[in-house]
Amino acid sequence: MTITDETIDYVGILAKLELSDEEKARAKKDMSDMLDYVGKLNELDTDGVEPMSHTFSINNVMREDVVTNGDDRENMLLNAPEAKDGAYVVPKTFN
Amino acid sequence: MSKEYETVIGLEVHVELNTKTKIFCGCSTAFGGEVNEHTCPVCTGMPGSLPVLNKEVVNKAIAVGLATNCDITRNCKFDRKNYFYPDNPQNYQISQLYYPICRNGYVEIETEEFGKKKVGIHEIHMEEDAGKLVHDEFMDCSLVDFNRSGVPLIEIVSEPDMRSAEEVIAYLDKLRLIIQYLGASDCKLNEGSMRADVNLSIREKGAAEFGTRTEMKNLNSFKAIARAIENEKERQIDIIESGEKVVQETRRWDDNKEYSYAMRSKEDAQDYRYFPDPDLVPIVIDDAWLERIKADQPELRDEKRIRYKDEFELPEYDIDIITGSKKMADLFEETIGKGANPKKVSNWLMVETMRLLKEHDMDADDISFSADNLAKLIALTDSKAINSSVAKEVFEHIFAENIDPDKYVEEHGLKTVNDEGALRETIIKIIADNPQSVADYKGGKEKAIGFLVGQTMKAMKGKAEPGMVNQILKEELAK
Ligand SMILES: [Zn+2]
Repeated sequence: MTITDETIDYVGILAKLELSDEEKARAKKDMSDMLDYVGKLNELDTDGVEPMSHTFSINNVMREDVVTNGDDRENMLLNAPEAKDGAYVVPKTFN
Repeated sequence: MSKEYETVIGLEVHVELNTKTKIFCGCSTAFGGEVNEHTCPVCTGMPGSLPVLNKEVVNKAIAVGLATNCDITRNCKFDRKNYFYPDNPQNYQISQLYYPICRNGYVEIETEEFGKKKVGIHEIHMEEDAGKLVHDEFMDCSLVDFNRSGVPLIEIVSEPDMRSAEEVIAYLDKLRLIIQYLGASDCKLNEGSMRADVNLSIREKGAAEFGTRTEMKNLNSFKAIARAIENEKERQIDIIESGEKVVQETRRWDDNKEYSYAMRSKEDAQDYRYFPDPDLVPIVIDDAWLERIKADQPELRDEKRIRYKDEFELPEYDIDIITGSKKMADLFEETIGKGANPKKVSNWLMVETMRLLKEHDMDADDISFSADNLAKLIALTDSKAINSSVAKEVFEHIFAENIDPDKYVEEHGLKTVNDEGALRETIIKIIADNPQSVADYKGGKEKAIGFLVGQTMKAMKGKAEPGMVNQILKEELAK
């Protein structure tokens, strides 16, 4: 399957990636290979087969509405690249 | 010649469900905690963490769907809505696109302009809320608090069935009351537990096609919604009249400036690339589950209205006010449950409570006094332990601070003086001190007794029973 330059640019915008021409060319080839691979499934006759979202036949995995997590903020904030006053610091963002 | 236009409005309403824990993790949903106090690897989007669905969220979503006449999707699941924003730590929101839990419902509304009508509900889906961003002036950065991240929401998407601000407000009020009575949320617009986005377009009256619509966000009160609708309607008509085209966009309402502006989204790629969330397995809802929810459904407002009329014989207007807030209806029933007369309870709610709410610019949901204290107050007046003007004074303290009226009356010595001897003594003195009024009364001016009653009440510091004062006065004056 051929991927157009426009598609690569568009996917780049969605993924917030700035790709060099070289990287774009490589991405184009990788994406095309992946789609060809998955495209094999199109050779199967799936008429009358219900779409599925899961390969396991398990339903209704749920929990009761009971608080199980205590305040573990200090540990959680260790995951933050930067923290201030108990909050995660991110680049300036306007709502 | 100006044309006649029709406003077409559909609503997307987000309601925060009042479960104890978040939708996919065991973190508390409590308000008022420290920043990031209620967080864990799941609701901060840490790699490798796995969401597990809170069953109560499904129960509440089904309950709302049944109460709004929806079909319940027996086999539903969650999808990922992909976008980048710092309040969304996973870079996707878990929501429902392909198989939302409820579809094809309606609620009935009534307005003066259009009368009774059904507003269709296209779907209701379950999803998670995002975190909160605060701008930090000193560091010129933004700070993220994930306490609200993962709080369960339902989004109720209406059909474009509304034609005026009045209908929109009637629809929102209907939803609010249904959900409050179900006990699924407190639905406060000003606190964000209910949020409404308005989709609005204009078309020539009688046209079959819809016009291009805009979506209005940041509407935090019924008044703001009404103002934003009027404003957007005028804006779109102006654009059309000047021969230009309405642009499909999201706009943000500024209620202080009474003006909206287009929200520019960077690169404008509104492509969410939804796909089924592989971390969550399907939810299969069988008959037994539905029956359980139906059996647990509490009495809703429309049922309550009928019952109040039959059982308590209250006027329709009073019933509308009392059942117009779950808080007030609960208070009414609970006070009656403690033995108070329904008409008297209704009277305290309709007159003094409404007066004080208005005076303090509060609404019925803000009432904070207990049924217990109102019942005690009514018992004090029933037994004539206090008179009605003292009762009103005590009620103000109940309303403001939920004081115990028994204690309050005792501590402040407000009990009616039933000691006839003491009262008679006071009256004899009042008669002696006011010869002119006595002469007037005896000369046929019946009204002069009013002044003497007033003087007596003043001397008794308001604690006498007016009937008794009258009677003794007449006896003494007849002597
Ligand atoms: Zn969590």
